[in-house]
Amino acid sequence: MKEHHLEMEKQWTTTIEPDKGSFNLNLKEVWKYRDLLMMMVKRDFVTFYKQTILGPIWFFIQPLFTTLVYTVIFGKIASISTDGLPQLLFYMSGVTIWNYFSDCFTKTSTVFKDNQNIFGKVYFPRLITPLSIVISSLVKFGVQMLLFLGFMFFFMINGAPVSPNSTLLLLPLYVLMMAGLSLGFGMIFSSLTTKYRDLTFLLQFGIQLLMYATPVIYPSSLIAEKNKLIGKVLMANPMAPIVEAFRYSFLGAGDFQWGGLLYTFLFTIFIFLLGTVIFNRTEKTFMDTV
Amino acid sequence: MEKNNVAISVSNLSKQYRLGEVGTGTISHDLNRWWHRIRGKEDPYLRVGETNARESKGESNYVWSLKDINFDVKEGEVIGIIGRNGAGKSTLLKVLSKITAPTTGLIRANGRIASLLEVGTGFHPEMTGRENIFMNGTIMGMSRYEVSSKLDEIVAFAGVERYLDTPVKRYSSGMKVRLGFAIAAHLEPEILIVDEVLAVGDAEFQNKAIGKMKEVSSSGGRTVLFVSHNMAAVKNLCTSAIVMDQGRVVYSGTVDKGISYYLKSSIQKSNDLLIDRRGMDVSDRFLIKAIELSDGLNEGVSCAQNGSKLVVSVSYFSPKQIDEVYFRLQITSSDGGVLFTLNNLHTDALFQILEGEGLVKCLIPDLPLFAGKYNISVLCAQRFSGVLDEVRDAKELVVIDGNFFGTGKVPSVKQGVLLRHNWYKPEIVTSFGL
Repeated sequence: MKEHHLEMEKQWTTTIEPDKGSFNLNLKEVWKYRDLLMMMVKRDFVTFYKQTILGPIWFFIQPLFTTLVYTVIFGKIASISTDGLPQLLFYMSGVTIWNYFSDCFTKTSTVFKDNQNIFGKVYFPRLITPLSIVISSLVKFGVQMLLFLGFMFFFMINGAPVSPNSTLLLLPLYVLMMAGLSLGFGMIFSSLTTKYRDLTFLLQFGIQLLMYATPVIYPSSLIAEKNKLIGKVLMANPMAPIVEAFRYSFLGAGDFQWGGLLYTFLFTIFIFLLGTVIFNRTEKTFMDTV
Repeated sequence: MEKNNVAISVSNLSKQYRLGEVGTGTISHDLNRWWHRIRGKEDPYLRVGETNARESKGESNYVWSLKDINFDVKEGEVIGIIGRNGAGKSTLLKVLSKITAPTTGLIRANGRIASLLEVGTGFHPEMTGRENIFMNGTIMGMSRYEVSSKLDEIVAFAGVERYLDTPVKRYSSGMKVRLGFAIAAHLEPEILIVDEVLAVGDAEFQNKAIGKMKEVSSSGGRTVLFVSHNMAAVKNLCTSAIVMDQGRVVYSGTVDKGISYYLKSSIQKSNDLLIDRRGMDVSDRFLIKAIELSDGLNEGVSCAQNGSKLVVSVSYFSPKQIDEVYFRLQITSSDGGVLFTLNNLHTDALFQILEGEGLVKCLIPDLPLFAGKYNISVLCAQRFSGVLDEVRDAKELVVIDGNFFGTGKVPSVKQGVLLRHNWYKPEIVTSFGL
């Protein structure tokens, strides 16, 4: 009798329990739903330019105009140093890489709020949604990279002092770290905003402030020159080493530091794990608080 | 052996909700909870909480939407979950379909659980029908391969062949529902959760959907949990039932007993004009004191099923003996139109009533009303001297769908009354001469 009971115990395929704050990534389940992940990425891409005239060209227009505006305001009017690089390339490299981070961060930070209709009706591993955002933003990032590379080659042919080097091979690592960082931060914010809406207001200008704390529109060498302490504080921003290293790899000027990258790497792992734990805890009960 | 396997086992399941605004106090409660947790103590707010009675104002901000639910569902069983609005049915389904976690307790299940809480979830208006079939199918846990192998079946079942490559925003609402249901119906989960989806869609599609559900449970041996207010559908589809009230399971067993239990327990506060009269102490005039409804099994119901027995009891007080008295009951629809009149003058059964309290009853063997709310007006008169007492809209009558024709089907145009009738084909006489 007892044995029979044990046998029964074993064959349950689904167990639903109260949230115990366990640390479980549930990657097996995410893998089972990989087709959904693909569908969501496809949806984001297909619906992005439905009923637009210019279609995918919009992917180019936004970074191009931002770059032009930065070139005029920060380059021509404010005359901020660009480490001796052509201003257009300098700003475009910053904008391209920053856009990916900020896109992922903003979109993942509203995952629960934006998807409460679906989440309230059907279960699937919620992690799929932020993952799909990171991947579909990757497509946009790729398109913008092409634009950037196009301009880079144009400048190189015309003899600009641009020297891509072997650290280019680290590009996947840069992207992975940015994805991990934005995903981690985004998941933390989206989980907390289900209960405390105050954070949405913080986020709106927070990302903007963060951009000014990242060497997007100025080189970090400029800050280090003026004030050593502020320069150090600036490098505590995990995005700063990525932006600098990215610039160094593609354009040959920038503050490339292995230590900084290692710091960002560890920071990314920490934030990503923390975000996942908080996100997993929230996904179980967020319908009650959203 | 196979038949006796338990598909879902629910034990001590409870779910607590916090009422009111999530705002001030939230963070202090959260901190308090966290402080208890790190000291390894029990959540202090789990001890408070009341049953979820909507009508009465409670003392605590915490209510138990589900409280100590225990039940098992066997494989291949179709279980109907019935109960009033707010009884906890939907919360139970939400917990079962993993949309929200329970506060305490455990659910164990065998096989994939899929819910039809609302069909068409995740439809993107800009995407075509075909793209949405894939989107929706994968949301429900199918692989792309599974979806594409069933695509033709789904499209045929939904009847949207022509619109397959048209964005869903151009679909009619009925088409969206049909497509959504078609996807879910072809999902083939071991356990299917259905909540009131049959309320939408036209009659033809409802029949299709009910047929599909029956097929899923009988041929596939799969388990279905079905929440509905439509007693006809519950009776027709389910093999067992549980009745919920205020977050608890109050009955679990056969469908017929479950429905009867539900009707008995759902005594609602109706706008009963006669309540005040019970206490009236007038000894010099004739008075109608109360109207009670009964379904022949239980006294004092306020709900009745069409096709079933309904007994209307009128109690009165008479100061003296009166001969040749008749009572007239008028059943009016919510817009005030009289649907039919029940009068013992017409049935030649005039009463002689004695001095003091008394009671008369009127039996309707099979209630011919569609589901909805009706009012009963009552008039009492002496045949020659006239009206003794009259109360308009004395009692509210709530009718729910029963099984009037014995087929589980009801007309989709709900006007007038239901009428028993027979259809037949007369023999065709063929003469050789013609």
